[in-house]
Amino acid sequence: MTMTTGALARRGLFYLAVAIIVIYAVFPFYYAILSSMKSGSELFRVDYFPFKWNFGNYTSVFRDQPFATNIWNSLVVSSSVVALSLFLGITAAFALARIQFRGRAFLLVTILGVSMFPQVAVLSGMFQLIRGLGLYNHLSALIISYMIFTLPFTVWVLTTFLRELPKELEEAAILDGASSWLIIRRVFLPLMWPALVTTGLLAFIAAWNEFLFALTFTLTNDMRTVPVGIGLMSGASAYELPWGNIMAASVIVTVPLVILVLAFQRRIVSGLTAGAVKG
Amino acid sequence: MLVTIAIVAGWPLLRTIWLSFTDANTLKLDHAKWIGLDNFLTRQDGHWYGVLADPVWWRSVKNTLWFTVFSVSIETILGFGIALILNQTFPGRGLVRAAILIPWAIPTVVSAKMWGWMLNDQYGIINHTLLALGIIDSPIAWTADPQLLMTSVVLVDIWKTTPFMALLILAALQMLPKECYEAALLDGVHPVKVFWRVTLPLVRPALMVAVIFRAIDAIRVFDLIYVLTGTNERSMTMSIYARQQLFEFNQAGAGSAASTLLFFIIALLTIVFVVGARVKLTEK
Repeated sequence: MTMTTGALARRGLFYLAVAIIVIYAVFPFYYAILSSMKSGSELFRVDYFPFKWNFGNYTSVFRDQPFATNIWNSLVVSSSVVALSLFLGITAAFALARIQFRGRAFLLVTILGVSMFPQVAVLSGMFQLIRGLGLYNHLSALIISYMIFTLPFTVWVLTTFLRELPKELEEAAILDGASSWLIIRRVFLPLMWPALVTTGLLAFIAAWNEFLFALTFTLTNDMRTVPVGIGLMSGASAYELPWGNIMAASVIVTVPLVILVLAFQRRIVSGLTAGAVKG
Repeated sequence: MLVTIAIVAGWPLLRTIWLSFTDANTLKLDHAKWIGLDNFLTRQDGHWYGVLADPVWWRSVKNTLWFTVFSVSIETILGFGIALILNQTFPGRGLVRAAILIPWAIPTVVSAKMWGWMLNDQYGIINHTLLALGIIDSPIAWTADPQLLMTSVVLVDIWKTTPFMALLILAALQMLPKECYEAALLDGVHPVKVFWRVTLPLVRPALMVAVIFRAIDAIRVFDLIYVLTGTNERSMTMSIYARQQLFEFNQAGAGSAASTLLFFIIALLTIVFVVGARVKLTEK
C-alpha cells in the first residue's frame, strides 16, 4: 500500500502529537526520579538524562524524617477507610438498589450531594466533633473524616452496579429461604468483585492522597500521613528546602500508586466514568 | 450507613453553619456565644467588619474564580484534543492511555512539589530549557513573582487534571454510534464539519457533566495551591482563606462564616449547572 506525501505528513503529525502528549504526561515524574538520585550540589545543575545511580536521598529520607511512620500511618488509614467504606457501601447499596422504600430517590440525590461538599465546609464542625470524641491527633480521626468523601462515591457506584444485576438471582435465593445477609454474601459478593475492586482502589487513592484533613487533624510528626509529611518537609532553614529528600519521598509514595493504576487501568477508567457519566 | 453519613457529613456541616453565627475561638470552641451575622458583615464606629468586608476574602474569591475558569476551560479543550487522538486506533494506544493516567495517579501534594522544583527560579528545568531555547532571556520567578503565581498554579493543575477530562471525554466518544460517521464519510463531509455537527452535539451531555464535576472540584481547590505557594495572599483561594482564619488566626467564627459562604456558593452553582444542563437537554 502506497501513501501519498500528504497522508504521510498527516501520519507524522499525528505521531508527533502522540509523542508530545506522552512526554508532557510523563516528564515531570521522570524528572523527579532523576532529581531524587542527585546529592548535594549536583541538584543545582540541570540534567536531562540520568548520569549515575545514587540512592543516598532514599536512605536519608528515612533517617532524617519519621518517614517510615508516615508511610505506615497512610497505609493504616487508607486500608481502614477502604474496608469500612466497602462494608458500609455494600449494605447501603443493597438496600438502595433492591428494597423499595419511600424517599429512596431523595436519599440517592442527598448522597451524591454530599460528595460535592467542599471539605472546608465541614472543617470547623468536624474539628469540634473530633475534639469532642477525644480523637484529635489520632489516626482514627482521619479514618472517620475520610468517610465523608469515600462513602458517597462507594455507595453510588455500587448501587448503579447492583441495579444492573438480574433480579432473578436473588429471587431464586429467597425462594430457597436464604436471609438478606446470606444473599449479599453468597450471591452478590462473588458477582460484585469487579465493582468492589474498582471502588476500593479509588477510595484507597483518595484516602492516600488526602491533605486538608490530615493537615488539620494531626499535630505531631509521628501521626502525620505521607502527603502532610512531604508537604511540610523542611530543611535547616525555611529557604533551604531539602529537594533531594522531597523528590525521593515523592518517588517512594508515587511508585506504588502508579503501578496500581497501570495494573488496574481498565477498572479505574470504568469506575471513574461510572461515577461521573452516569451521575 | 445513613447514620455514618449523618455523623460525618450532616452534623459537622450544621455545626459549621452554627459556628459562623458565633464568636467562637478555635481553641475554645465550646464557649461560643451567638452573635448573629457579625462574622459576615457588621458596622462599628463607621467601619465595616466581617468576612464580607475583608479585601483578602474578595481577593480569594477572585482568585478562586480565575483559577476555576481558566483551568477548567483549558483542561476541557486539551482533554478533548487528547481524547480525539486516543479515539483513533493506532499501535501503542494502550501505552499512551497508561502514560496519561500517571499525572492523575500522582498525589496532589507530590505534583505540587515536583512542579515547584521544576519551576524553581534558579535551578528549575523549566527556566533552564526556556533560556536554552532563547524563549526568555532572564529566569522567571514562577512561584515567587506575585504576577505569575496564579499562572503557575493553573499550569500545574492543567497537567494534573487534563487526563481526567480526557478519559471522561474518551469514554463518551467511544459510546457514539459508528453509523453517523460512516454516513458522513460516504457523503464526503469534511472531518472538521463532522466534528462540529456530529461529534460535539452528541458528546455534549457527557461533556457538560465532566465540566460541572471539574468546576465544582476546582472551586474548592486547596492542597495544590497551599503546597505550591503557601498562604500567599496573591494566590489565596476561598478554602485557604477559611482554613487560615480557622487554624492560623483561631477565628473559628470568621473561618466558619467563610466556609459557609463557600458551601452556599458551591450549592448554588451546582443547582444552576444542573438546571442549565437539563434545560439544554430538553430543548432537543
